Amino acid sequence: MPEPISVLVNGSRVSVTPGTTAAVAIMIAGTPCRTSVHGEGRGPLCGMGICFECCAQIDGVKRLRSCQIICEPGMEISTNE
Amino acid sequence: MSESVTKRFDVLVVGGGPAGMAAAVSAAQAGVRVGVVDDNAGLGGQIWRGEHANSNSEASGWIRKASTSGIELIAGVRVVDQPRAGVLRGESLAGPLDFTYRKLILATGARERFLPFPGWTLPNVMGAGGLQSLVKCGLPVAGKRVIVAGTGPLLLAVAAFLREAGAWVLFVLEQASRMSFSRFATRLLWHPRKISQALSLRKSLSGVPRLTSAWPVAAEGNGVLQSVTISHRGRRKKVDCDYLACGFHLVPNSELPSLLGCRVRDGWVLVDDWQRTSQEQIFCAGEPTGVGGVELALIEGQIAGFAAVGDQEGAKKLFRPRAKQRAFSTALNRTFALRPELRDLPQSQTIVCRCEDVPLERLSGLRSWREAKLQTRCGMGPCQGRVCGSAAEFLFGWTVDSVRPPVFPAQLSTLSQNVRELDPVVAMRGEQ
Repeated sequence: MPEPISVLVNGSRVSVTPGTTAAVAIMIAGTPCRTSVHGEGRGPLCGMGICFECCAQIDGVKRLRSCQIICEPGMEISTNE
Repeated sequence: MSESVTKRFDVLVVGGGPAGMAAAVSAAQAGVRVGVVDDNAGLGGQIWRGEHANSNSEASGWIRKASTSGIELIAGVRVVDQPRAGVLRGESLAGPLDFTYRKLILATGARERFLPFPGWTLPNVMGAGGLQSLVKCGLPVAGKRVIVAGTGPLLLAVAAFLREAGAWVLFVLEQASRMSFSRFATRLLWHPRKISQALSLRKSLSGVPRLTSAWPVAAEGNGVLQSVTISHRGRRKKVDCDYLACGFHLVPNSELPSLLGCRVRDGWVLVDDWQRTSQEQIFCAGEPTGVGGVELALIEGQIAGFAAVGDQEGAKKLFRPRAKQRAFSTALNRTFALRPELRDLPQSQTIVCRCEDVPLERLSGLRSWREAKLQTRCGMGPCQGRVCGSAAEFLFGWTVDSVRPPVFPAQLSTLSQNVRELDPVVAMRGEQ
């Protein structure tokens, strides 16, 4: 069983198995990935990089499709845009 | 400003799923320079996402072949534009990357079709393939209650997969009728391999209620999914659950082929017997030519790969298997055709365009996709109509066909790079 790694979602530590994507880390943290035009929380829909509902800021880079980015130890994921 | 690097190939394959891998492996047999570009971290596409090269599965075999035949894999790169003929521009976290090719094989696959219904924008409502992808990428579902819904053979595969991952699959809701299903099942008799797949699926799903003529009417919850109201043969029932995995079969990713000038009809890329498109240097294989599943994608990929390097004999050997698979696919797609009742699911306030929050009431009465974009911004958000456009085609009968670069949202720095020639001789000639 591979050792879990630790990432930060909005400053809180989340433990994930290696190979987990940032979108899943956000889901595990229990928070929506983004906020819609009218203020509703949204989570991943397509899981394959075409719906853009999973967009988040990762290590300072904004609007990345978090479902296509694999977690690295210490990765900073932010859903507060 | 960083400069873009240009990578040159004899045969470039866009898409590293089954069709793309098959095309690359077949082309590589001629000893030419082959590259595969994909926006995921590894090979496999959607259906074989997360598969590795070291097991006995068919997926593993292809990944092994594609990784060891001298083929160069460029992972994590998304093709966004064609800055000039014969050059594709890709975007990656490391900067822009240009590709030149003598022959191009497009294996861009398909995506799920999403249809709107009240509550479909709640977190934890996702596609069927969508939830499967997320679980493959680490989402824990052990002990979670899941409803799988929509249409298509994908639903059963996803339900079986989720069960194996420890989820409690409450229902599989298929909108097709029982009669369509039985007619389809008799077709399986001609395809022994598919029978054994079907039987093994049936075994994996024993005990899971599988309803036909059934679909979700609404998803409910306070900020997150908590329950789903199901319609089954005119009766409604509210069921508590943690995830709704709902997708209505597949639509082709034909945006890049369109951009490159390939003729497309009703979203399907037109190809000849050699899988060649209307553009002489460009081939297309797999779902964009017609949704047909893995077996057909592998066959079409091989034909395209052989044809691209001039191996007509190699390609011809696969013509009959292709015809057989295509007949099966045609029957399959007919079985899972969408019933008209699904057009009544969204209510006036239901969001249709998720990117721009455009509700149904603002779209009803508009005459075309273009009018919808101009009047409401529907389809002008990041997904560029990949979600709402496919829904609108079904809901309103619009043709969603205008493609402009970039085919995916891209950074300004990616688009503004001049194509840089590394080979001065080629630069003097002015083309690749």
